[in-house]
Amino acid sequence: MLNKIYDWVDERLDITPLWRDIADHEVPEHVNPAHHFSAFVYCFGGLTFFVTVIQILSGMFLTMYYVPDIKNAWESVYYLQNEVAFGVIVRGMHHWGASLVIVMMFLHTLRVFFQGAYKKPRELNWVVGVLIFFVMLGLGFTGYLLPWDMKALFATKVGIEIAASTPLIGHELKVLLAGHPDIVGAQTLTRFFAIHVFFLPAALLGLMGAHFLMIRKQGISGPL
Amino acid sequence: MHRGKGMKFVGDSRVPAERKPNIPKDYSEYPGKTEAFWPNFLLKEWMVGAVFLIGYLCLTIAHPSPLERVADPTDTGYLPLPDWYFLFLYQLLKYTYASGPYNIIGAFIIPGLAFGALMLAPFIDRGPKRRPTQRPFATGFMLLSIASIIFLTWESVVAVDWEAKEAMGKIVEEAEIDTSSDGFVVYEENGCINCHGDNLAGGSAAPSLVGTGLTAEEVADIAKNGVGKMPPGMYKGNDEDLAKLSEFISTLEAK
Repeated sequence: MLNKIYDWVDERLDITPLWRDIADHEVPEHVNPAHHFSAFVYCFGGLTFFVTVIQILSGMFLTMYYVPDIKNAWESVYYLQNEVAFGVIVRGMHHWGASLVIVMMFLHTLRVFFQGAYKKPRELNWVVGVLIFFVMLGLGFTGYLLPWDMKALFATKVGIEIAASTPLIGHELKVLLAGHPDIVGAQTLTRFFAIHVFFLPAALLGLMGAHFLMIRKQGISGPL
Repeated sequence: MHRGKGMKFVGDSRVPAERKPNIPKDYSEYPGKTEAFWPNFLLKEWMVGAVFLIGYLCLTIAHPSPLERVADPTDTGYLPLPDWYFLFLYQLLKYTYASGPYNIIGAFIIPGLAFGALMLAPFIDRGPKRRPTQRPFATGFMLLSIASIIFLTWESVVAVDWEAKEAMGKIVEEAEIDTSSDGFVVYEENGCINCHGDNLAGGSAAPSLVGTGLTAEEVADIAKNGVGKMPPGMYKGNDEDLAKLSEFISTLEAK
């Protein structure tokens, strides 16, 4: 049955070459932990992607309950945490995933750095990877405000004050983030929500697409 | 592959009519023990992922994500702290030559140099050598950065009284209680205070009376006839005082 569906689609769209391009490539011995245990260091990038997928999925479920407004944000998180079935697990995965993704990404960065894998011809992929790192930090910063509890508000106030101390564009940057020259409030919350849920994930997906395209095009760096 | 004249297409589309077989390439000719990504290697990767996921879920179940009390912008005594992975940047801003008039050094110049160098690493470290020992400067600067991040994070963590911090953010349901009101006097005289506490927040023997959502009539009924573990006849005063008491309790709302 599945084969027939596949054949039907393939006859019309010729998806086999596409599928072979995506799925079929060689994995050299030196990156395969089954042959050299020390090759587990090559798992960090894949695990970063794995946690990112979990972050996207758990985040999608969180937005089913979360309300980005200062009257209801905390209430909705409290409800999600204490009343919703498995809400504590979904929120817990998103909370811990945010830390794990930073840890895994840091380890992946160190692996690439110490192996000198960023050298010619892989400079561009390294630059894109560092941009992904910044986007992840941005996601961590904006996501921290969303529960609208004490630590969220005050950490964000500090963060916005630091942004405001930027030379030349400090004030504009602060207003852009907070939505108001003085108040960290309703506008800030909706802006951070939009940045956390739409802007940064869009940037992240684009950058990750470029990251994976480049690694497939160039192949993984050879053994040291 | 058939090209050029005589090429057949599916309908009027650009898809060639000739189908290609969907078989993986043979990697046995590749050097070493090269294997196919799909499905051989992906299965192994997925097993690593499954083990990782178990640890991840154990962490999630053992430590539910924290939620402090709702944000109160008027509480100036609260100690602000970012999430742990920003602590090193935050700590940097506490040093004399990185804060105050030198804020620009701690907030922009030092992190900018560090992250800028990280981003431009392939253009700074351009030699063909890849082993860490053959690139002493790259390796040295990276080790120095890691040591600084660990040191700054450590300094930041030990400077915080985590128990006091937790107490500052704890969710407490309490009400602004007018202890001079008639209702509170009745509450005190009738001994309700012994179980429900002097801030009406309850205790081990009785629940909180703040924000019960009950009407005055319902409160009066419970005071007389009891509910749950509370036996009937706890209230022994007159009906006039009971009205004051139940009015007082039914209007208590968490601030």
